Amino acid sequence: MENILEVKDLNISFHTFAGEVKAIRGVNFELKKGETLAIVGESGSGKSVTTKAIMRLLPPGNSQIKQGEILFEGKDLTKLSDRQMQKIRGQDISMIFQDPMTSLNPTMTVGKQIMEPLIKHQNMSKSAARERAVQLLKLVGIPKPELRVKQYPHQFSGGMRQRVVIAIALACNPKVLIADEPTTALDVTIQAQILELMKDLQQKIDTSIIFITHDLGVVANVADRVAVMYGGKIVEIGTVDEVFYNPQHPYTWGLISSMPSLDAKDGELYAIPGTPPDLLHPPKGDAFAPRNEYAMQIDLEEQPPMFKVSDTHYAATWLLHPDAPKVEPPEAVKSRMRKFMGMK
Amino acid sequence: MAKYLLKRVLYMFLTLFIIASLTFFLMKIIPGTPFASANKLGPAQMEIMKAKYGLDQPVPVQYAKYIGNLLRGDLGISFQFNNTPVTDLMLKRLGPSMQLGAQAMLLGTIVGIVLGIFAAIRQNTWVDYSSTFIAVLGKSIPNFVFAGLLQYFVGVKLGWFPVLFWRGFEYTIMPTIALSMLPIAIAARFMRTEMIEVLGSDYIMLAKAKGASFFEIAFKHALRNALIPLVTVLGPLAISLMTGSLVVEKIFAIPGLGEQFVKSITVNDYPVIMGTTILFAALFVVIILVVDILYGIIDPRIRLSGGSK
Repeated sequence: MENILEVKDLNISFHTFAGEVKAIRGVNFELKKGETLAIVGESGSGKSVTTKAIMRLLPPGNSQIKQGEILFEGKDLTKLSDRQMQKIRGQDISMIFQDPMTSLNPTMTVGKQIMEPLIKHQNMSKSAARERAVQLLKLVGIPKPELRVKQYPHQFSGGMRQRVVIAIALACNPKVLIADEPTTALDVTIQAQILELMKDLQQKIDTSIIFITHDLGVVANVADRVAVMYGGKIVEIGTVDEVFYNPQHPYTWGLISSMPSLDAKDGELYAIPGTPPDLLHPPKGDAFAPRNEYAMQIDLEEQPPMFKVSDTHYAATWLLHPDAPKVEPPEAVKSRMRKFMGMK
Repeated sequence: MAKYLLKRVLYMFLTLFIIASLTFFLMKIIPGTPFASANKLGPAQMEIMKAKYGLDQPVPVQYAKYIGNLLRGDLGISFQFNNTPVTDLMLKRLGPSMQLGAQAMLLGTIVGIVLGIFAAIRQNTWVDYSSTFIAVLGKSIPNFVFAGLLQYFVGVKLGWFPVLFWRGFEYTIMPTIALSMLPIAIAARFMRTEMIEVLGSDYIMLAKAKGASFFEIAFKHALRNALIPLVTVLGPLAISLMTGSLVVEKIFAIPGLGEQFVKSITVNDYPVIMGTTILFAALFVVIILVVDILYGIIDPRIRLSGGSK
């Protein structure tokens, strides 16, 4: 399948008073037409920074793309002018944010906020844009859309607001949709509805989605492929089946082990020990090594390359080196793997 | 909305009544008489004078009489200005003060908001620093210093505008600029702080993600959200400017209210003190209502609902 978006060797730094924080350190991935790629990882792993870099929404003053390319349909987004980028935002690539309670402008009617990209990018007349806004509200499942377009965000509930945000993002039928934890701020029943809606809409308008989350349950539900990020790098990437049934990186094992499970016998929820690396002073070797009970001497000294597991599955851990000792994933991971298999 | 407004107007009159009453009794505590040559008058003459103006009666009776007249819209007669009715006196002087105040407010808010917005957009650049510099000057230098400087450099040296008096629009320009320095400073500082906060909010990020341009973000999305705190501080400031700035009016020889008010207190001109106080209070409550209505226009979340409950 054709790649719509390719990120190549992306390096991003933030300049702070304390020094240069290397938030993204050589990220590579590609997004195929029509697929959903989930990016998972804990807070500070660089998920949001990566996607904001794609949208060029990082604060211009203190952030810098040090190296790398972001190719959208062959064009390098890092080299576009602000004006060219404005044409792409909202039109070709759009974004859904985490908190629907704060991501709508409180002093503008919902209708106007949906109409804005339509008028700007598609040169629609006001009345045509209003009609389309009503259609979009209907599409995302908001009852009485004719009435609702004239209302303000505070007249909507959280779940309804997220539907509005989705309607804004989809207004121009974008080729790529970036969803930055779109369900994190919602309660569980609403989460399921929003995920259903996104899956449904993806098929209707045939868009590719980058889905950022730290909820592995959500990943299994929506994604085709998964990239696991840690310390500003992708440590494992593969199809959902590969990453869930055959995880290779000890960090992925840790993530899977720390998923709550109804039938876990030990009764205690696993937590990965330690804290994420300080990217002000990035570690010399594998960033996960200090927290990794399987770490070898080389993990502390040299960064592991991406080892190929299959054509679609890669992981950056020295455990995959032919000379490394064979290590079995921990019992918690294996029991969950069996469960996933059973569910299938 | 209509019900709410009616309620508010009733409360406004209640407020004015209380202010008028309090001022009346406080004013009576001030020692001295309204008569310029009181110490030359004998006791008998004093009695005659007091009787003429109704000052010989007990204070409660005077009070009842005053409130009665007030309800009929009669503010009494000034003691100091050849027995002119207070209403005429104030109306004549209110015009220049209001016009100056309104002009200064308008100029000050617009310039201040623009300065504040650019300072916020270009945070920590020379634009921001110059805006801060102007704001610090405006806030810390008294307006009569600006008035003097303007008179000397713009009025006398350059000869662009007349230096004194009140005879037409060009006479208002320099006092307006002198008076607008404070609103410029206040608006610029508030606007900068608030804009920086608003520009960092999620919905601005979303607006950017929709492809909005720089100016659309600043003026369509951020400005309205940043205005609320500014409206709160500018209301009372508008009143103090419109009721006249004593010193600036004096420097430019403008027949305004500020001068009259201060003078009437020192000479115990009771009707003028009362009249001016009631006028200031009335302006104040009206501006507060206007500010409350403005809140609703700016931010739909605090839109006034009819009678609520």
